[in-house]
Amino acid sequence: MRTDRLLSVRNLKTYFLADEGVTKAVDGVSFDVSAGRTLGIVGESGCGKSVTALSILRIVDDPGRIVDGEILLTKNDGTPVDLVTQRPNGKFMRSVRGGEIGLVFQEPMTSFSPVHTIGNQLTEAIRLHERLNKAEARERAADLLTMVGIPRPAATLDQYSWELSGGLRQRAMIAHALAPDPRLLIADEPTTALDVTTQAQILDLMMSLQEERSMAIMLITHDLGVIAETADDVVVMYLGREVEQGSVENIFYDPQHPYTRALLRSIPALDAAPKAKLPAITGSVPHPFDRPSGCSFHPRCSEAIEGLCDIEEPETWRPAEGREVVCHLFGDREMAVSIEGRRS
Amino acid sequence: MWAYILRRAALGVLTLFVISIISFAIIQLPPGDFVSTALAELAESGTETADEFAAQLRAEYGLDRHIVVQYGIWMGRVLQGDLGTSFFHQKPVLEVIGDRLPLSMLVSVSALVFTLLIAIPIGIYSAVRQYSAGDHIATFLGFLGLATPNFLLALVMLYAGFLWLDVSLAGLFSVEYATAPWSLAKLGDLLVHLPIPAIVLGTAGAAQLIRITRANLLDEKRQPYVTTARAKGLSNRRAIGKYPVRVAMNPVASSVGLLFPNIVSGAVIVSVVLSLPTMGPVLLSSLLSQDMYLAGAIILLLGAFTVLGVFLSDLALMWLDPRIRHGNL
Repeated sequence: MRTDRLLSVRNLKTYFLADEGVTKAVDGVSFDVSAGRTLGIVGESGCGKSVTALSILRIVDDPGRIVDGEILLTKNDGTPVDLVTQRPNGKFMRSVRGGEIGLVFQEPMTSFSPVHTIGNQLTEAIRLHERLNKAEARERAADLLTMVGIPRPAATLDQYSWELSGGLRQRAMIAHALAPDPRLLIADEPTTALDVTTQAQILDLMMSLQEERSMAIMLITHDLGVIAETADDVVVMYLGREVEQGSVENIFYDPQHPYTRALLRSIPALDAAPKAKLPAITGSVPHPFDRPSGCSFHPRCSEAIEGLCDIEEPETWRPAEGREVVCHLFGDREMAVSIEGRRS
Repeated sequence: MWAYILRRAALGVLTLFVISIISFAIIQLPPGDFVSTALAELAESGTETADEFAAQLRAEYGLDRHIVVQYGIWMGRVLQGDLGTSFFHQKPVLEVIGDRLPLSMLVSVSALVFTLLIAIPIGIYSAVRQYSAGDHIATFLGFLGLATPNFLLALVMLYAGFLWLDVSLAGLFSVEYATAPWSLAKLGDLLVHLPIPAIVLGTAGAAQLIRITRANLLDEKRQPYVTTARAKGLSNRRAIGKYPVRVAMNPVASSVGLLFPNIVSGAVIVSVVLSLPTMGPVLLSSLLSQDMYLAGAIILLLGAFTVLGVFLSDLALMWLDPRIRHGNL
C-alpha cells in the first residue's frame, strides 16, 4: 500500500524567529502521503496544521523558517527531492507549487483576488505550467469549471469571486488548484466556511476527482467528521507535534493517545441523552510560544503522571507499520517506572 | 455603474451649489454694497451725485431686491459666464483672472501627478521591504515632508536655489516670457519652471500617500489570495505586483480625492510665496482690497475645479474597482 509514496515529511520543524522569541509552530512532524490516498491532518486551531502545509510549499511567511527536517517529494521518474534544500523562490520550487502540489484554502471568500476575474486567475494558473495561448487556456479553464460542476462555465470565467456563492467559489478554487494537474492536493480546511450540504458536495467532488486522477490528497481540518468521511490515514497534531498516527480505523475505533480519545469524546452523538453535557477538553490550547514542559498536552490531560509527563518528553511508540503514539502511557515504560521509583 | 456615476455627479452639483452660496455670502460680507463703494469713490474724486442716481444704479444691479433674488441674479450671470466687475481693477473679473485659472489648474494637477509618481512607488517599496533601511528612510522623509508647511518648503527652495544655483526659482516664467504671447518657447519655459511649485505643493500629499499606500499594501499582502497566487507558482515579485498592489490602489485612488482639495488650497498660499501668476496672489490682494466680486469669483472657480477633480478621482476609483462598477458597494 505504501509503495507509491509521493511525499514524505520527516521530523519537520518550522519556527517563527521573532525578536520576542521563537515560536515553534511545527516542531517535529513526520508523515507520508501516497498516490490515490487521503491523509487527514487533524487538530485544534493553532496546532500547526496550516504551517505544515505552507512549509511543504515553501511559502511560510517571514519570520518563519524551516529549521530542521526533510520534505521528500518523489519526482515523476521515481527519484526523491528534498524540498527543504531547494531555494524557496527558485525555479524548481515554483514548478512544484501548482504544478506538483495544488493548494485549496479555507477562505473561499478571500482566496481569489476581488479585482481579477475568475478566468484571469484560472488561465494564469494554467499558463504558468503549460505552454498554451490565451484562447487555449481559456478553453481549458472552462473545461475545468465544468469538471468541478459549475453550471455556466463560460459566464463564470468573466465573473469576480464575490459574484459567486460560497460553494461555487470553493469549486472554482478546486478547479484553480487542479488546473496544472498536480499529483498532490493540499486542502486546508476546505469546507469549514461552507454549510453542511455544500460541505458534503465539495468533499464528494474532491473524492471523485481523486479517483479519476489517482491523486494524493492531504486534508487539513479540525473536523473529525470530515476525516471519518474522507481520510485513509490520519495524523493527530497538538501544539506543533504529532501525538498519534494511524489508519482512519485505528484512530476512530482504537484511539490510544488521551488527546485523541478526548477529541472523539467531544463529538456530539445522535443517540446521546437529551441535554446531556458534551464532554470538553479542559483548558485551552496554550500558545506555542510558551509550550508546557514535558508532554505539551499534560496540563489538560486527565491521565497525566506527575513527575513524568510534565518533565520528560514522550518517545514515539510504533506498535505497527504506520501506527504511532507519542505518549508516556504507551511503549517502553521502563524509564517511566524508574523515574517514578526515584521520586518515591 | 450609472447609478454610481449619477450619485457622484449629483453630489458634485450639490457641493457646487453650496460653494456658490458661500461665495455669494462672501461677496455680501463687507458693509455697504457695490453702489455705496462706487459713490464713495466718485465723491472722493469730487464728483457730486444725486440720490436718484444711486437708486437707479441699485435698481439696475438689483441691489434693492431681496437677498435670495440677488443671489439668483448673480448666479444667472455666472452661468452665462459673467462673473461681475472688479472694483479695484475696474475691469470684468474674467479679464483680471485671464489665463491665471488654467495656470492654477496646471500647477495643481502637476502637483498631483508629482505626488502620485513619488508616493506610489515609494509606498510599495516600503510595504514590500517593511522595516528595511529603505523603509525607515522613506518613513523618516515622509514624516518630515508631512510636518513641513509647504510655504516654508517654498522659501527654503527659493533660498537654496539662489544660494547654490544662483537662479531664481520663483514664478512660472522667465522674465522675457512673462508678458510675451503664447509660443512653443514660452511653453518650454513654463515646463522648466513647473517642477518647483509641483514639488513644493506635492510633498505633503506625497508623504501622506506614502503612508496610505504602505498601510494598505501591508494589509493586502497578508490576504489569502496572495498565498493562492504564490501557491500556484508565481514568483514573489509577480504575486505581489499583480495582486495586492493592484487591490491596494483602490484606497489610494479614493484618497487622491481627499488630497486634491488640500493641493488646490495650498496652491493659493504657495503661489503668493513663489509669486506664481496663478489665482493665489489675486485672491489675496482681492481680499485685502475688499474686491469682493473678484474674491467670490475666485473662490467659486477654485471650488468648482476642486469638485471636478474629486469627481474625476471617483470615476478613476470606479474604473479600478470592479466591485463599484458592478454596483456591489
